[in-house]
Amino acid sequence: MRGRARKLPPGADPPVTPRLGELPAPPTPPGLLKTSKLVKVYRADGVTVEAVRGVDIEVAIGEFVAIMGPSGSGKSTLLHVLGGLEPATSGEIWLRGKRVDRLSTAAWAILRRQHIGFVFQFFNLLSNMTVADNVELPALLAGATPRQARKRREELLAELGIADKAGAAPARLSGGEQQRVALARALANEPSVLMADEPTGNLDSSNTRDVLRLLRRAHAGGQAILMVTHDARVASLADRVINLYDGMVADDAKIVPIPRPVNGVADVLELRG
Amino acid sequence: MRQPLLALLAKEPAHGYELKLALEQIFGEAYPSPNIGQIYVTLKRLEQDGLVRSEDVEQTTRPNKRVYELTPAGRDALRAWVGEPSDGPRVRDEFFIKLILAPMAGLADRMELMNSQRRHYLGIMRNLTELQAEADPADAPARLLIEGAILHLQADLDWLERCQEELV
Repeated sequence: MRGRARKLPPGADPPVTPRLGELPAPPTPPGLLKTSKLVKVYRADGVTVEAVRGVDIEVAIGEFVAIMGPSGSGKSTLLHVLGGLEPATSGEIWLRGKRVDRLSTAAWAILRRQHIGFVFQFFNLLSNMTVADNVELPALLAGATPRQARKRREELLAELGIADKAGAAPARLSGGEQQRVALARALANEPSVLMADEPTGNLDSSNTRDVLRLLRRAHAGGQAILMVTHDARVASLADRVINLYDGMVADDAKIVPIPRPVNGVADVLELRG
Repeated sequence: MRQPLLALLAKEPAHGYELKLALEQIFGEAYPSPNIGQIYVTLKRLEQDGLVRSEDVEQTTRPNKRVYELTPAGRDALRAWVGEPSDGPRVRDEFFIKLILAPMAGLADRMELMNSQRRHYLGIMRNLTELQAEADPADAPARLLIEGAILHLQADLDWLERCQEELV
């Protein structure tokens, strides 16, 4: 609906005449994340690719937003730019009311430690460290004491059902377990936003279900999530889905569940025969 | 309804209500609970076609019940049904026809059609993932049916994306 609302001509709203005694609306608190006319252009060997072409999005505190779209629509690029992994070409990014698109690489690294947890399709764990060290590292880098980092790590691994893997090397774990470690690492510093790029893209059905459950639980606990995904099961957990097409927002809508049938599963599924 | 009843009767003779209970028990909540009237009507037709036969069994405290059993012709028909491959699911042709024809007639914008269809699919997907989370882990038929529905819906969404790539 947002996409449609933006298309209204300016001045389409009826003029509002303030009445005597009416209080002005309280200032809107800054959201979690906001972009304005965000553009990302790649230039290499005289070839120019406009991956993100003027994106305006907003994410509220605690909101779960999924970004979908065909491959090549710019969704991963958008996420990487929003997380400061790649610089924006132009436009603005605001995180918790502060403009961040002009930050240096070093300043972004500090910001990420405190506010952004990242999960990737291929886990990206540090292979020469144990599972425990992988999860504790971000907290230590952010200035936590070893005792605090260990406590948080123990809580997270227990919550994700992999407490017994703490001493293992990541390579000894299954894909599903590695992704759970990656989630634990991303959540270690209680980030303002969890950014995930196809987190179930490399997982089988039962591991996907586990990751789904963890994401659902994290979101229920107030965790904001911004996630690029092809997987509609994962996207369907989101509050809102943004569809990207050709580097632009083609659709931006809340997910509205279809009214649940009285008969449970039987009415959703039609068997023939 | 014909083949499931034949398949149950291939195991042992039964009366109509037993067949209803058996279907409910085997498929759990995943199977639309069969209507008892529909079961009796189907049994009568199967008997007319010579695939089952029945006899009245006297009961002391209740009215007689009619017990059905499979005939050799019924067993052959069942074997033939089990042996032939089942049809694949049909594609969602209704939406596709809308998508192709409506813009030609100036009735709608393709991107808007696809956006509203995607929203609808995602709403259904939300229901299915919730059902999956609530499903009884011991009820394998129910779990597998939900997963089947999820996989079909994912394919519909992937197809929608392909349409978006080529048609917009």
